[in-house]
Formats: sequence, C-alpha cells, structure tokens
Amino acid sequence: MLQFVVRRLILLIPVAIGILFVTFAIVRLIPGDPCVAMLGERATPQACNAFKERYGLNDNIAVQFGRYLMNMTQGDFGTSIRFGRPVVDLISERLPMTIELTLFAMLFSTTAGISMGLISALRRNSAADVVTMIWANIGVSMPVFWLGLMLAYIFALVLKGTPFFIPPSGRLTAGLSITPLAKVWGLNNLTGFGQFFVALLSNSTLINSVVTGNWLMFRDALWHLILPAVAVGTIPLAVIARMTRSRLLEILGQDYIRTARAKGLVERLVIARHAMRNAWIPIVTIIGLETGSLLSGAVLTETVFALPGVGTALVSAILGRDYPVVQGFTIVIAFIFVFVNLIVDLSYAYLDPRIRLD
Amino acid sequence: MATDVPVLIAETTYQRRTPAVEALRRLSRHRSAQVGMVLLLILVLTAIFASVIAPYDPIKPLRDVKRRAAPCIHLLGCPQDQPQHIFGIDGNSRDLFSRIIFGSRLSLQIGFTTITFAIIIGGFLGAIAGFQGGWLDNTIMRVMDVLLAFPSLLLAIAIVTALGTGLINALLAIGIVSIPVYARIVRASVISTRELEFVQASRALGASPMYLLFRRILPNALTPLIVRGTLGIATAILDAAALSFLGLGAEPPRPEWGLMLGEERNSVFNAPHLVFFPGVAIMFTVLSFNLLGDGLRDALDPRLAQPGK
Repeated sequence: MLQFVVRRLILLIPVAIGILFVTFAIVRLIPGDPCVAMLGERATPQACNAFKERYGLNDNIAVQFGRYLMNMTQGDFGTSIRFGRPVVDLISERLPMTIELTLFAMLFSTTAGISMGLISALRRNSAADVVTMIWANIGVSMPVFWLGLMLAYIFALVLKGTPFFIPPSGRLTAGLSITPLAKVWGLNNLTGFGQFFVALLSNSTLINSVVTGNWLMFRDALWHLILPAVAVGTIPLAVIARMTRSRLLEILGQDYIRTARAKGLVERLVIARHAMRNAWIPIVTIIGLETGSLLSGAVLTETVFALPGVGTALVSAILGRDYPVVQGFTIVIAFIFVFVNLIVDLSYAYLDPRIRLD
Repeated sequence: MATDVPVLIAETTYQRRTPAVEALRRLSRHRSAQVGMVLLLILVLTAIFASVIAPYDPIKPLRDVKRRAAPCIHLLGCPQDQPQHIFGIDGNSRDLFSRIIFGSRLSLQIGFTTITFAIIIGGFLGAIAGFQGGWLDNTIMRVMDVLLAFPSLLLAIAIVTALGTGLINALLAIGIVSIPVYARIVRASVISTRELEFVQASRALGASPMYLLFRRILPNALTPLIVRGTLGIATAILDAAALSFLGLGAEPPRPEWGLMLGEERNSVFNAPHLVFFPGVAIMFTVLSFNLLGDGLRDALDPRLAQPGK
C-alpha cells in the first residue's frame, strides 16, 4: 500500500510542473507588451523598464520559468497589481469559503445521488425510478448559475415569512463577523506557512465559529450555505444517481448475486455487502471527476450568492486585469482538483485490492 | 423484453442493411433519443426561421413599453389593447421572446463551432500521436494530461484572461479546453487498429500512410467521436453561457442566453421572468444534445450502452 501511495505521489510531479507551466505560459501569452498589459495606461517607457527589471522579464524564458518554479515552491505567488498585497494573503482569505461550499455540495450530491440511484435500481421502472431518471437528465442540463438564481427567488422571496425562508446572499447575516484565530490563540508573530495555515483556518467561517464556540454564528453560516450548496451539487447529483443506478442494475444481474440470494441472505445484506461493494469503484471515480464540476460550479455560484470566495475574486481579477491573482487562484484550484483525484485513486486501492498489485 | 421480436427480424434481413442504416433504426427506437431529436428539431427550426417567428427586433429597443414589464399574454387575460409580449420586456426595453428566439442561432453556432474546432485539432494531434508513437506521442499526450488536470471551465476562464474577453475568444478557450478528450479518443482508436490485419494488408498493397490513416484507421474512431461530440456540444453551450454570464464572453447587445441571464441577475426578485426564460432556453438546448448523445451511444456502440435503458 505504501509503495502504491509513493508511486502515485511521484507521478504527480510532472503534472504539477505541467500545471505551473500552463499558468506561466498563459500569462506570457497575453497579446502585446506584458508591461502595458500589467500597468495599463501608466506605462511610460521608464516605468516599463523598471517593471521588466523588477519582474525579471528581460531574462530568457527558461530562466524566467525556473525562477517562477522556485518562487512557487517557496509559497511566493507574486503580488496583486490592484491591491498591492501578496496573492497568498488573498488566497488564505478566499479559499476557505470555496472549500466549504465545495465540500457541502459534495456531501449533498453524494448522499442524495447514491440514495436516489439505489432506490431507482431497486425499484426499477417504478414512479420513483422514472422521476429520478428524468430529474437526472434535466439536472445535468441546467446552468448552475440559473439554478442558483431560481433557488434564491423561491426560498428568499416566494417563501419569505414562512419557516422555509433561506437567505439568498452573503456569508453571514449583517452584524456577525469572525475573530481572527491568530488573535484568539495569541499567535501574533507567525510567519510563512504557519501564518498562512492559521489564516486559512481562521477565515473558514465554520471552523472559526466552532473554535470560538460561537454557535449562533455557526448556525448562521450553515444556513447561508444551504442554497449555494444545493445549486452546486445538483449536476454532480444527477450524474452520480445515473451512475449508481446503471452499475447496480448491471451487478444485480450477475450470478454471484443470485448465489447470494439463493443461499438465503437477506436482501439488505445482498445489496450492502455484495452489490454495493462492486458498485463503489465507478461511483468513487465519478465523484472524483465531478469535483471539477463542483469547483467550477462553486466559482459560478459564488457570484450569484455574493459569497466572498475564489470565484468572486477570480472574476473581479479578470475584469481588472490582475494577472498574478488569476494565476495564483487558477493554480490553487488545479492543485485541489489534482489532489482530490489522487485521493480517489488511493481509495481504489482500498476498495479493490487488485489495483494495489498492478 | 418487448424489443426481442424486431431485433430477430432485423437479423434475418441484415444483409440488405448497411451498419449506418441499422444504427439509425436503433436510434429512432431509442426513447431518450426520440425526445432529444424532437427538441433539437424544434431548436433548429427556431434558429432557421428566427426572423419569421420573432415578433420584434432582438436588438433595437421598443418605444412606449415599461422596462422589465412582466409578460403580457392575451390568452391569459392580458388586456387586448396592450401589445402582446409573451416573455415580457427586458431591462433595455426589448421583447424578451424575440431575443430568446434569436439566441437559439447563437447557441447552436457556439456548440457546433467549438466542438468542430476541438475535434479537428484534437483528432489531428491524437492521430499523429497514435500513428507516430515514441517521443512525439509522449509529448502530445502529456500536454493533454496537463490540460485535463484543470477543471475545464476554470482553464477556459484562465485562457480568456490571456486572450481578452469577447465571444470569439470565449469560444476559442472552450474549444482548446475540449481538445484533450478528442485527442485521446482518436489516439486510442489509432493504436488499437494500427496493427490489425486489414490495415497491414492495406499497407502491404502499397497504401500511403495518409490513405491508411483516413480510409482504414480513422473510420473506426467515428463512432466514439460522434457520441462524445454530441455530448460535448451540450457542455460547450453550458460553458459558453457560463463565460457570458460572468461577463467574459458575448458582449451586449448580442442576444446570448448566458449574457441575458448575467445582465438581469440582479433583477431576479422584481422581474424573475428575465432570469427564468433564458435559463429554460439553455436547459432545453443542452438537454436535447444530452438526450441525443445518450441515444447515439446506445445505438452506435452497444458495448457502451448502459444496462437497464
């Protein structure tokens, strides 16, 4: 098992370098003079020269990429042009929101998706099955931002005044705000990765409210997360439900299931121990692949629900031509995606011992 | 199963039918493909006859109308003396129905151009990789792996950043992001057929590499390309709508559905129809391609068919 993990980790290195190279290349592909692109109208020849000198744009491209890699490994993602702050700081502010949203959407889509697929497969051609499959087809065809807006309309306006009212925007109700954990723990002179990590925890509203014991805020944060998570999770839910159903139907027709039933095993155990065990691998694969859709969905949905996450930051950085920020956030999201798929790969080995031996 | 009998008949008369005709027959019996084809037919007709169907100009603002006015449908009790606007009026005093009708043209164009681009480039790269093998294969496919390491929409967003916003650049970005899928399909089918006897025989008869590639090898990649391409169009339309929604794609006053949604997202509470209808249009279009793609997969490649359908 350890050998398998190590081998998978080594395989990540070329992908990681590739991701860094693509993001490096994209910024270099911006048409025209990079300094005009970065500095905008303020770009006088002198300013340009100073700029190129500062960012080392006069060196050859291989040297530039080498330096870029070095900076990245040391956690230096450059400085935001608009805010004049390190991109890493912006990441530590914005990333927790997106991770919270993605995780909740994933939780929703997997639990609901697998249950729906299971019910469909077991009650094949029943009303529940037909409804689930129609919903699965419609679910994958909906634009996530449209679903978000519609949910906001229904739960915040139509259901206003009922117990089902759910707030349509923002992370917390106005008036609530988080206390930095660095202050709570008295860690004022942290630097480097430690500072980044504490900031990351601190800016996760859910973790922060648990640590500070502020249950009111915890409930409020969860409440604000419901609609975005449902919107983001719907497409993966549909895909997972379909996959679960079709795999289970295939498996339930196999001989070993008939044997299990013939020897008198109760149906519940036939499904749980025999059928689901083999259905897990494709389901887990789909969950991994759908993480991409979850992350993209989170980016789009944040703009709908005005959530302070990576998506809103990314869009405003693009419109404001803040390239280091775009670069930094793209890298972070790509790495999260790669990391999730690594976990998926590792879980195969757990689910199917044969894979470890390959 | 009820379909057993016709299948038997099909087999007895098989020699008269080409595989393409057989696939079409299977497609026309597939339930979700039927729905998909009907939806798509409606969509294509709408796009072709947009200027006949649409009662108003999609771009020019109307006079004497209230901005963001709710839909007015005579059949549903809207006073006869008022002009009919079945989807209401948008934020720039235009008839929303007309804009949505014209949007179908744009949406179909977006879907077909991006995927055609991706199939041509991806197919070319995949064919070279599979045919040549060696370092060229390795280099091309590792680059494809890296492109697949990004969530596709986010990579498209990053590419749009570099190219600059705008519809054409957004389409280019979505096209580039879709390339790896097709490169992989073509490469896999080239590798699996390259060494087969019928290809070797053709080569022994003195066929040129180009002839081998286009007449002997690539036809085997056609099935997965058609299936993935159809599903790819659905994704491309969704992604293009997303980019336009974020303000990175189509520019106003173009009647692009994603853009229409993006422009009016803040009025969702006082004029929900302006958000509702463009979204339904997108869903309708994407759904038609998804259903058709599922049907094509089952009809063209029974090995890929999902059981229980």
